[in-house]
Amino acid sequence: MFAYIVRRLAVAVPTLLFLVVFSFVLMFAAPGGPFNSERPLPPQIMANIEARYGLDQPYWKQMWDYVVAVVTQFDFGPSFQYRDRTVNDIIAQGFPVTLTYGLWSAIVAVIFGVALGVVAAIRQNSWVDYTAVGISIGAQALPNFVMGPILVLVFTLWLGLLPGGGWYGGQWQYVILPVVALSTSYMASIARITRSSMLETLNSNFIRTAKAKGLPMRRVIVRHALKPALLPVLSYLGPAVVGMITGSVVVDVIFSTGGIGQFFVNSAFNRDYAVIMGITILVGALTITFNLIVDILYAWIDPRIRY
Amino acid sequence: MTEPRNPGTDTRDIDHIESEKHGEPQAEILDATGELGEVKGRSLWADARMRFFRNKAAVFSLGVLGLVMLFAFFGGFLAQYDPAQVDFSLMGANAYRGVPSIETGHYFGTDVDGRDLYARTVIGTRISLLVGIVGALVAVIVGTLYGATAGYVGGRTDQIMMRIVDVLMSIPFMFVLILMLVIFGRSILMLFIGIGLISWLDMARIARGQTLSIKNKEFVEAAVATGVSSWRIILRHVVPNLLGIVIVYATLLVPGMIIFESFISYLGLGIQEPMTSLGALINLGTAQMNNGTLWMLLFPLAFFLVLLFALFFVGDGLRDALDPKDR
Repeated sequence: MFAYIVRRLAVAVPTLLFLVVFSFVLMFAAPGGPFNSERPLPPQIMANIEARYGLDQPYWKQMWDYVVAVVTQFDFGPSFQYRDRTVNDIIAQGFPVTLTYGLWSAIVAVIFGVALGVVAAIRQNSWVDYTAVGISIGAQALPNFVMGPILVLVFTLWLGLLPGGGWYGGQWQYVILPVVALSTSYMASIARITRSSMLETLNSNFIRTAKAKGLPMRRVIVRHALKPALLPVLSYLGPAVVGMITGSVVVDVIFSTGGIGQFFVNSAFNRDYAVIMGITILVGALTITFNLIVDILYAWIDPRIRY
Repeated sequence: MTEPRNPGTDTRDIDHIESEKHGEPQAEILDATGELGEVKGRSLWADARMRFFRNKAAVFSLGVLGLVMLFAFFGGFLAQYDPAQVDFSLMGANAYRGVPSIETGHYFGTDVDGRDLYARTVIGTRISLLVGIVGALVAVIVGTLYGATAGYVGGRTDQIMMRIVDVLMSIPFMFVLILMLVIFGRSILMLFIGIGLISWLDMARIARGQTLSIKNKEFVEAAVATGVSSWRIILRHVVPNLLGIVIVYATLLVPGMIIFESFISYLGLGIQEPMTSLGALINLGTAQMNNGTLWMLLFPLAFFLVLLFALFFVGDGLRDALDPKDR
């Protein structure tokens, strides 16, 4: 187990380094500097600015400084667009918001997805099953950037029940629509995975034994069937969490929630490379960490898996 | 498909042989009732086709998909306006003068700049379809060959090749692609490159897994024994046997790629004007949601959803028809 974690880390760390270097090289391939504008600045001012951002150094030195700063101090440097703020400030402002509705979405997706899948599997080939499968196919074809506008249309414009945007420190009215928009398609996937693995589990020998010794159905499902049936869901959680982080970009844009996604898109339009790179690397680190955690959990829960 | 040999078939064979000796009076009777004659062999593909066509939802979706394709590639001939033509008289008056109608020739109404939404939806659907097809093609060609090679060669080569896939998979490609689009300019080509870069990763894993089981089969052993080169074995013996599962995953990949492109275009970072895609059109429609011009959102959205649903159902039908596990 320990050797497995070490081996996984041995892959994860070079991957992250590769990502940092790759984004940095991309940035240098960009035509034009970040401070080129319509009206050229006086050369002295330009020189001052370049010295401030370290742009007067040779490339290899800049890259080395950047990598060292990122790795040792999590310091992504100053933003090019907001002159008085660093990338770290921006992440510190946006990330808690993203994390809040991201976590809620994950919880909602897992609870409702598992419930839907289990119910569908228990009542296989009944109308309950068909409804559940229908809902999950429908929800899967509705990506978050379609779900978001539809939700705003129905709940804000037509029914007037919920606000169509804003965050206001995360009051519950403002959290609901982003969470629903973000979680639906993952809920659908989880429901489908749960249903098929539950069906497989319910047909296995140990469930027949449990039924044969006269356990009530509820107990058979909760105590015996649920745990093995949920293993595939666990392995789906890695990609799902990553997808939710990516999806937060759209949620931020639709609902103006002010998470890192909004800063990312703004920076993309304003060519603020420092912020784009910082967020890309942060998301990369999160992706790798989550996948690592899920894999380790999986190995820990399922004793059949040997690495 | 190994059915237990039907005892009835055996006796019929004997009858057949005997009847030939005796001027075959029975054979004619049997022939007439359709009992005799060669049992027509069904290939795996014919089997799969039969299973697919029994799935009504999938067949219906295939028809819908055909219609959407017709719309995307020939719908432009019905358009009364050029997709890039701006009707300045409609600007700011969209809500009552750009309404969808047959008489004005704006079947789907106009967009916020007074351009014909029908012509633009045709282009958007075409681009979305192209993105899906290109993504799936790259996945099929690169992914299959990569996975089959890794699986067949095995050993250290396999280890290294799959590690590379692992590393690439844990990179947040959506963000990297946006970074690339910002740096190298937003163009369709860049979008295709980006989509090509990610689409083959899953396929490589699937192809490798299948190859691992195929390479221990007798026909591969026979090929090795007769001295066929590894490269030829991969191309002629391994890859054709991967095709079933590859086709299934390619079909399921197409909607994924379409969603991916629409996502980026929705953010305004993908396809640029005057070209457009369904994602970009949905974005523009959303922006006008509050101005009483809902058709700007609903027409592209409807095409997007119909396309995705049809693809999902066709993919599901293909999986049921081709996936050997479910037989």
